Amino acid sequence: MSNKHTLSVLVENKPGVLARVAGLFSRRAFNIHSLAVGPTEHPEISRITVVVDVEDLPLEQVTKQLNKLVNVLKIVELDAVKSVQRELLLVKVRCDSRQRAEVLQIVDLFRAHVVDVAPDSLVIEAIGNPDKLEALLSALAPHDLREIVQSGTVAIGRGARSITERALDRVIA
Amino acid sequence: MTQAQAKSQAPQRTAATTSPRPVDPRGVTRPGETMTGAQALVRSLELAGVKDIFGIPGGAILPAYDPLMDSTTVRHILTRHEQGAGHAAQGYAHATGRTGACIVTSGPGATNLVTPIADANMDSIPMVAITGQVAASHIGTDAFQEADIVGITAPITKHNMLIKDPADIAPAIAQAFYIASHGRPGPVLVDIAKSALQSSAPFAWPERIELPGFNSGAKPHAKTVHEAARLLATARRPVLYVGGGIIRAGASEGLRQLVDLSGAPVVTTLMARGALPDSHPQHLGMPGMHGTVPAVAALQKADLVVSLGARFDDRVTGKLDSFAQHATTVHADIDPAEIGKNRAVDVPIVGDLKDILRNLVPALHEEHRKHGKPDLEAWWVQINDWRATYPLGYAATHDGLSSPQHVIQRLGALNDPQSTLFTSGVGQHQMWASQFIKYERPNTWINSGGLGTMGFSVPAAMGAKVGQPDQTVWAIDGDGCFQMTNQELVTCALNEIPIKVAVINNSSLGMVRQWQTLFYEGRYSHTDLHTGHGTRRVPDFVKLAEAMGCVGLRCESDAEVDATIKRANEIDDQPVVVDFTVSKDAMVWPMVNAGVSNDEIQYARGVAPEWDREEA
Repeated sequence: MSNKHTLSVLVENKPGVLARVAGLFSRRAFNIHSLAVGPTEHPEISRITVVVDVEDLPLEQVTKQLNKLVNVLKIVELDAVKSVQRELLLVKVRCDSRQRAEVLQIVDLFRAHVVDVAPDSLVIEAIGNPDKLEALLSALAPHDLREIVQSGTVAIGRGARSITERALDRVIA
Repeated sequence: MTQAQAKSQAPQRTAATTSPRPVDPRGVTRPGETMTGAQALVRSLELAGVKDIFGIPGGAILPAYDPLMDSTTVRHILTRHEQGAGHAAQGYAHATGRTGACIVTSGPGATNLVTPIADANMDSIPMVAITGQVAASHIGTDAFQEADIVGITAPITKHNMLIKDPADIAPAIAQAFYIASHGRPGPVLVDIAKSALQSSAPFAWPERIELPGFNSGAKPHAKTVHEAARLLATARRPVLYVGGGIIRAGASEGLRQLVDLSGAPVVTTLMARGALPDSHPQHLGMPGMHGTVPAVAALQKADLVVSLGARFDDRVTGKLDSFAQHATTVHADIDPAEIGKNRAVDVPIVGDLKDILRNLVPALHEEHRKHGKPDLEAWWVQINDWRATYPLGYAATHDGLSSPQHVIQRLGALNDPQSTLFTSGVGQHQMWASQFIKYERPNTWINSGGLGTMGFSVPAAMGAKVGQPDQTVWAIDGDGCFQMTNQELVTCALNEIPIKVAVINNSSLGMVRQWQTLFYEGRYSHTDLHTGHGTRRVPDFVKLAEAMGCVGLRCESDAEVDATIKRANEIDDQPVVVDFTVSKDAMVWPMVNAGVSNDEIQYARGVAPEWDREEA
């Protein structure tokens, strides 16, 4: 079992904040497994989702160090079971009309979509948790995969509670 | 996850009034008065309470230097190198407890500040560095004297900012001084584009600081404070391990109360020398690599270590997993990230040490009232035995030259600890200055502990003297360190900052040489500096001092030491440099070799203390 932890880091939407957060991980010798950043429902707040592979004790240390960054508002670790975690995958497969049926079957099985068609290629879009995307890629592996691009994980807790609410109080109070 | 959510639960939000001191009524500005960014910067410095600022002008910061010339409350001191400006701001902050300030131009001016900023970050010194930046439209074009100083200093500042809009200057300066001085102190850099200094905006000094992501520190938890008191009341072999945080927090008085009440032995780290008077009977001296045997041994044999504003640095702990192995650990610090960073902690207390001690002392009283004072007699018998057997000392030299330890000891003895500050560089002279001078007050020992910056002492002494003009300031320096930053003596001479410099001249990079003696079979690779007795004396420190407008004195034997120090002390209208020519063979003892257990401490070369058998 790996020690993957998913952290949601709410930050002030200011230039350079992503570099500060990412820099802190590398400076303290932590490997970032994946990283995604984007806006939230509040224009003042951006949300960074970081997946790191660390033991609990160093995770606590890096969380405390992150908390010291003045632009970081709040850090929450999202439990894998109590949250929804998704990545986006785009993959370009070379296939002619003879192979296409087989590829489309895999696309259907994984509830993926074809988003671009050319005479000798397809672009497949898939959304899911990292395990599902990995399974899709291994199913496609026998085919000629020309290009793969994947987003970082984004994650949100299950249930009604919002982690941005209280952070927002701090920003606009 | 409790740790991750700690921030959102922290009780104190940062929204506070900006002026730590009463605002100079002259500085009050009509709301919305339009002025240039340069004028706004100078006005902001005035409103932030800056009295002295060290710096060097240059292209990008030039607009700010024009209104700076007219300021009647901010004195600018023109240094000879930006590194000197930075260390001077540090020395100033260290000596006064107020936030130090420095101002330099973009590119090389800014990068020359990197070392002082890193130093201030390691030693938690409140400092604001202002750097000019190329015009906003030129940023990112590799313009002349452009450097991404915000990117460069992100890992070594508490916070930094790039300002491109003149309207943002006042809030940025207000925030910078607030962040630098609240919570765990540290350096804050404000990088201001030249275009922002040149264009105009309405001036508005913020009445409140709004920093939603900044925690200046939690209130100490009553529960953990009581647990610490309970442990202190029941431990049989307690040690109070005091770090620089006590000095930064101004908590020496509270510490004294805890020391007296608990009856426990105390060690003060390199950063905490002076936090408790060295004359206090429970004071065992400095712990760590060059600590006293009683201080090191007491920690190793302790059943309770109460850390107050210390960070379990490798130079204190030696091999970490064998440090104070039998001890329960209480760790009190304002920075939650220090708790458990190096050492697993049994009782964490996060908060300002003044608050912590204000609560801990009565809590300990209460424990004593309920259960009586603990019996520490056996512990003190053992400690006093170590003290009697292994006092600090040094061996006479074999080459007839002065012992550096003797010189430093006399510097301590012939200066009143109530009216003298000492700064030092880094190396052997630093360790001896920590060991052989007796400090009686906080903020009287100013050195570069964490970063270990050679060249710190002269500019830091300059800053300390500016901040505390009525104190005698002695810079204890090495011949290696002195050659890195001595040009600030020019600044001292021209600005009537009469510091005194003791160059402990052993004609070599002494600490490196000591390691070469001990670990490299005496192969002295590139440590000979040719400045001492019997060499070409390049440079001649006496002539160098005179060339820089200082008095230069030389002392070559033990017999002259006292008279030379007295002579230097009599000169108070000019900086003085004393070239104390000393033996290069003197070594710093005791010593724990890097990376080994503190149990392996050597009292002198090849002499290990004999531990009590049942304890070992």
